[in-house]
Amino acid sequence: MAEVPTYRTPEVITPTRDFLDKMEEMWSDPPGIIGWLSTVDHKKIGRRYLVTAFLFLFVGGLEALIMRLQLAQPNEHMVGPHLYNQLFSMHGTTMIFLYALPILSGFSNFLWPLILGTRDMAFPRLNMFTYWTFLLAGAFMYIGFPTGQGTDVGWFNYVPLAGPMYNPGPGVDIFSLGMIFLGISTTAGAINFIATMFRTRAPGMSISRVPIMIWGTLVANIGILFAVPAVSLDFFLLWLDRRFGTDFFNVSGGGHPLLWQHLFWIFGHPWVYAIVLPAMSIVSQCLPVHCRRPLVANSAVILATILTMVLGFGVWVHHMFATGLPVIAMGFFSAASFVIVIPSAVSVFAWVATIWTGRPVFTTAFKFFAAEIILFVIGGVSGFMTAAVPLDWQLTDTYFVVAHIHYVLIGINVFPVIGGIYHWFPKFAGKMLNEKLGWWNFWLMFIGFNVGFFPMHISGLLGMPRRIYTYPAGLGWGDLNLVTTIGAFLFALGVLVFIVNVVVTLLTGKRAPANPWDGDTLEWSTSSPPPHYNFGVIPHVGSLHPLWEDRLEKSEGRTILHEGLKLDEEHEIPGTTILDAEADVILKMPGKSFAPLIMALLISGVFIGMLLEWWWISGAAMCAMFPALLYWFWPSAEVGRSPKESRA
Amino acid sequence: MKHRPPLVRRTTLAAIAAALLLPGAAWADLPMTYLITNGAAANPLAHLGWGLMGLSVFVIVFIALAVLIGIWRGRRSWPTDAAGRPKLLPGVNAAPFVVIGVCVSIVLLFGSAVWTFFTLAHVSQPPKDPAITLDVTAHQWWWEVEYKHYGQKLRTFVTANEIHVPVGEPVRVRLISPDVIHSFWAPELFGKMDVIPGQTNITWFEAAKAGTYRGQCTEFCGLQHAHMAFHVVAQPPAKFHQWWTHQLADAKQPVSPAAQQGEKVFLHHCAVCHTVRGAGGPDIIAMGKLGPDLTHLMSRHWLGAGTVPNTTGYLAAWVENAQSIKPGIDMPTMDLTNRQLLDVVAYLQTLN
Repeated sequence: MAEVPTYRTPEVITPTRDFLDKMEEMWSDPPGIIGWLSTVDHKKIGRRYLVTAFLFLFVGGLEALIMRLQLAQPNEHMVGPHLYNQLFSMHGTTMIFLYALPILSGFSNFLWPLILGTRDMAFPRLNMFTYWTFLLAGAFMYIGFPTGQGTDVGWFNYVPLAGPMYNPGPGVDIFSLGMIFLGISTTAGAINFIATMFRTRAPGMSISRVPIMIWGTLVANIGILFAVPAVSLDFFLLWLDRRFGTDFFNVSGGGHPLLWQHLFWIFGHPWVYAIVLPAMSIVSQCLPVHCRRPLVANSAVILATILTMVLGFGVWVHHMFATGLPVIAMGFFSAASFVIVIPSAVSVFAWVATIWTGRPVFTTAFKFFAAEIILFVIGGVSGFMTAAVPLDWQLTDTYFVVAHIHYVLIGINVFPVIGGIYHWFPKFAGKMLNEKLGWWNFWLMFIGFNVGFFPMHISGLLGMPRRIYTYPAGLGWGDLNLVTTIGAFLFALGVLVFIVNVVVTLLTGKRAPANPWDGDTLEWSTSSPPPHYNFGVIPHVGSLHPLWEDRLEKSEGRTILHEGLKLDEEHEIPGTTILDAEADVILKMPGKSFAPLIMALLISGVFIGMLLEWWWISGAAMCAMFPALLYWFWPSAEVGRSPKESRA
Repeated sequence: MKHRPPLVRRTTLAAIAAALLLPGAAWADLPMTYLITNGAAANPLAHLGWGLMGLSVFVIVFIALAVLIGIWRGRRSWPTDAAGRPKLLPGVNAAPFVVIGVCVSIVLLFGSAVWTFFTLAHVSQPPKDPAITLDVTAHQWWWEVEYKHYGQKLRTFVTANEIHVPVGEPVRVRLISPDVIHSFWAPELFGKMDVIPGQTNITWFEAAKAGTYRGQCTEFCGLQHAHMAFHVVAQPPAKFHQWWTHQLADAKQPVSPAAQQGEKVFLHHCAVCHTVRGAGGPDIIAMGKLGPDLTHLMSRHWLGAGTVPNTTGYLAAWVENAQSIKPGIDMPTMDLTNRQLLDVVAYLQTLN
C-alpha cells in the first residue's frame, strides 16, 4: 500500500455505464491460469479460503467418522492404536487450525471490503500471500499422514511424549514446523485485518457506525497477534529440543514439561475465542436481518466481545487444573473462568431479545443462527462446569470435555458458518441456495449433531477418558458410543446435503437480486455477485444501518450511495482516519502480482529444508527471498504515475 | 468430615439420576462414574457436580424455551413490506431484558464460584494425617506401587496395578513419572492428578466402603494409553493388615517339579526385567526393574494394567505373546517351547 499525499481532490460523480465499464476493466484480472495465480482480488481470495477450509473440514470429518466406527462398540479392532492416534491428532489439528480460523478468514476476506464500503483489503498482496501460505502450510502438515508418519500425540502435543526420546519419528517435526509456518499466514492476515479496519473504511463510517461483524473479526485478530507468538515459540523450542538436543522441556537437562503447557495454553485459550468470536459476530450481524429489526444492545455486545478477548488471555490455567499447581493460583484462574461467562451471557440475551422483539423469518440461515444460540448455551454451561477446579479434576480429559469442545466449535463455529453461507451466498456466488435442501440440511445437521454429541456428556460423566482407541465392555459406555456414532453419521449426511445444495445451486440455481434478505449493511448495496471494483463510487456512510436508515426512526445521518468520490486512476481507494473515518488520503493499491505466490513457495522451501535438514535448501530459499521481495515492492509505473501523466 | 453423604441425599441423587436418564438408574453399578462416589476426596466433588449440573440444565432449558417461544411468537401478525416480507421495524428497546439476564447470571456465577472455592479448600487436604503413604510410579503403560509408610512401620514393598487400602483411612499418594505425563484417577474415590516427570505431585484419597474401584490413566501417554487401568481394593483394616503382611513376605519356593522347572525358565528369560523376591539362589536372582514386580502376582486380579483378567489362559497367552494382547509394550514376544511355557506358568501360579 503506497501512500500518496492527496495531490488532487477527486470530484464527486454519479457513475455512468461507461464509467463502470472502465472500472470493471481496470479491476478485473487477466483470464486463465496467469490471472488465477497472480490475482489479489479479496473476493477471489475469500472464496479460496472458504473452499480450502471446507475441504479440510471434509478431510477432518472423514477422520472423525473412522474413529467413530472404531469406538461404536467395546473392544473393536477396525483400526489399531498407531492409526487411531494419528487420526485423532490429525482430526484435531485439521479442524482447529486448518478449518476453524481459515473459514472465518474466508468470510472476512470476502466481506470486509464490501461491508466497509471499499474496494480491497489494506494490503492486497499480503492478503494473497496469507492464502498461499495457509494452503502450503496445510499441505505441509499433511505430508506425513498418508504414509503413516502423521503426528500421533494430539493437537496439544504435550512433551515429553512429543519430545525426541518418546517420539523420534518425523510426525512431530512436520507438525511443529507446520505450525510455525501456519503462524506466518495467521499473523500476516491479522495485521491486514487490523490495518483494513482502521484505515480503509468508507468515509463517514465512524467508529460507532462499524457493523458488529467487523468488530468480532477485528477483536479476534488483535488477540491472534498476541497469542500466536507464544505457540510459534513453543513449537520452535520443541524443534530445537528434537533436532539440536537443547533441553527446554527435558527434565534431565533442567527443563520442564509444564513450560510447554503454559506456552501452549497462553496461545490455546485465546485461540478458542479467535475462532468463535468472529462466528458469533456473524450471528450478531445476520440474525437481526432475519428478525426484521436491529440487534438489541448492539454496543453492549461489541463491548462484551472485546471483554471476552481480554479475559481470554487470563484463563489458560483452567486447562491445567490437574497438573498440581498451588490452590491459590487455581482459585484465581477459576474465578477468571467464571467471570468470562458474563460477556457471553450478554450476547445470548441480546440474541434472544432480538428474536422476541422482532419478527423472525424462518429461512435456513435463521434456523442455523437460532440453533447456534441453544448450542452455544449448552457448550457454555459445560465450560462453566469445568471452570470449577475440584469438579474439573473429575471432568477433565473425559468425554465430557470432548462434548464441550464440539458444542463450542461446531455449535459456535460450524453452525454460524453454514448459516452465514446461506445468508451471503448471493454475494459469494450470485445465486440463492435452495431452501428446500436447506431444510434437510439444517435438520439433519441439528438432529445429527445433538444425537451424536450430547451423549458424549454422559459417557464422560460415566468416566470414559479421551483419546483411547478402544475400551472394555461393562463400564456402561458401549450403547452411548453407538448412539454417538449414529449421530455423527447423521451429521455427516447433513454436511453432504449442504455440499449437494452448493453444487446444485451453482449449476442450476436462480440468480440472486442485490439484496434478497433486505440486509442493512453496504455489501447488499452492490450487485450479487459484486463487481470486481465493489463500488462504482465510494459510499458515504451516515449510520450504523446504511440500507435501513430511512425506515428506522432515529437514524443519525444519511448514507449516500449513488454519488461519491471519483477514484478511477488505477486501483484507488480512500484512506480514512481511525475514529471519524474522514477521507485524508488517496491510497494507490497494488494490482496483480506473482510475488505473493513466489514468497509463499520460498517459505515452503525454508521449512522443507528444515524438515529434511537439508540446510542448503533453506539457505537458498532465504537468499532468493531478497530478489522476491524486491519484485514484490518494485514500484510500478502505473502506481507511480504523477497526476499529470495519468490524466494525459 | 463425613465419609459419605446422608442416606436421604444419596437416594435423592439416585432418583435425579434415574429421572434424568433411564440408564441412570443403573449408574451406581458403573465402575467409572464420579457422580455417585465412595470417598471423602470425591464426595464433595460429586455434590458440586450435581449442583452445577442442575444449574446448567436449568439454564439450557430456560434459554432453549426462550428461543423456542421467541420463534413461536414470530407467528404473530406483523405488517408486511412491499416485497411481502415482514416489515422492518426499529423494535422495542429490549436492552433492559439483557441487563436483567446478565445480573441474574452474575448472581448465579458468584454463588457457584463461592461453592467451588469452599469445595476446593475442603478437599485440598485430607481430614487427618494419612497413616499410609504410597509412591505410585506411572510407566508407559502400567502402574508401579510402592508401599512406603504404614502407621509407624517403615518396611516397604513393591507391587503393580492393584492398590490395597484400608477402609476409612486417608491414603497419601506421591506421584512419580520416569517417562511421559500420565494422570492418576479413580473417579469414585478421587479426582485426577497428573503424573509429571520432573515434579512429584501429591494427592490423597479415602475409601468409605469396602470394594474394588477401577481407575485409569487419563492423560494421553502414547500407543497403549487406552490400556493403562488400575484397581483400588478397599478392605476392612484387619484384612488390609493381613494383605500388607503377606505382601512383605518373599515368594515361597516352588514345590512341584513343573514349577521348579518353571522357576529356572523364569530366571533365564524373565528375571532381567521382573523381580520375584526370594526366587533363585546365590548365582542368579530375579531383581529386574523394567517390568512389574511379580512376587505376589497371583494375589492380583488383572494382567497388563487392567487389560485382561488374571486367569490361567490369559496368563499363558500373556507370557507367550503379550504383543498380541497389548501391542507396543516393552515386553517382547517370548521364544518359549510349549514345555517351557507350561512350566513357567505353573511357576507363576505359585506366586500367591
